[in-house]
Amino acid sequence: MDLVLSKESIDNIISALDEDVLRAGADCVLLVDRSGNLIVNRGDPANLDVVALAALSAANFGATAEIAKLIGEDDFALLFHKGKNENIHFTKVGKGFILITLFGKDVSLGLIRLNTARVTDTLIPILGGEL
Amino acid sequence: MSFIDLSKNEVQCKIVFYGPGRGGKTTNLLYLHQAMTDSVRGKMVTIDTKGDRTLFFDFLPLALGQIQGLSIKIQLYTVPGQVMYNATRKLVLKGVDGIVFVADSLKVQKEKNVESLENLRQNLAEDNVDINEIPLVLQYNKRDLGGSNIPILSVEEMQEDMNKELQVPWFSGSALKGDGVFETLRAISKVTVKYVSRKLLSR
Repeated sequence: MDLVLSKESIDNIISALDEDVLRAGADCVLLVDRSGNLIVNRGDPANLDVVALAALSAANFGATAEIAKLIGEDDFALLFHKGKNENIHFTKVGKGFILITLFGKDVSLGLIRLNTARVTDTLIPILGGEL
Repeated sequence: MSFIDLSKNEVQCKIVFYGPGRGGKTTNLLYLHQAMTDSVRGKMVTIDTKGDRTLFFDFLPLALGQIQGLSIKIQLYTVPGQVMYNATRKLVLKGVDGIVFVADSLKVQKEKNVESLENLRQNLAEDNVDINEIPLVLQYNKRDLGGSNIPILSVEEMQEDMNKELQVPWFSGSALKGDGVFETLRAISKVTVKYVSRKLLSR
């Protein structure tokens, strides 16, 4: 499965991420595919190695999917890691993509969850349906 | 899965180094990382595990310049070679665009090479990928041990074991010294980019 995205599609993804995720207070948001390719990153990723983050997130998602299978689930739809100052939230987008959101301790997890769920619905048709 | 971003005219491909445990897959990546300039290579990521075996994967992104106005970004991964880590190998193989099979020239590894290649064939087939169609290059590693008192397989024997049916490009190498490492990368990059762009054109 290969993915080719036109400039228009990329622009639509960017505006959806800016509007729904960054405006909710996230520091940075990345859309990656489950083989580790970085598709779009938005926000302020200063000193952040986004390419490595994309590869490791895809691997992390794959590894937790195996854990899910062990307990009789197909997959986990979201993952959340809490740090001292920075948190990271992963949401499944369709079957083939992951949305990674970085946000600080002053931003509510509930708001991030709500907004990432909304943006997921916008992203799926752009990425070619239920991939 | 390759990804083509037409707003940046960029192609991203995933190349996986496969092969039996302790065969030199990580050493290949380490050599490339050391030998390349910062403008070409990204940061190498190795998941920290105890001992010198890869338990999950190593990762090295490279920017290989432009072909027909498209900039080529390649991501190199290694898999853990040990037989018991097959679930991890399947995870890393997900969406692969090209494969370097690093075979071990040590005589004692003869069967492990064949076993690992067969395991690759099976894992690809489970993902509906035919080993005869996906870009694949063989590297016969540790050739520098020839002449030492450690028994090694002859290139002819390795060809007979692994490449008789596949008939893919192969290279003699010594990942530790760097011999054949760039040749292998050049060959797999070339066929992978060709394969990905052919798929793109047929859409």
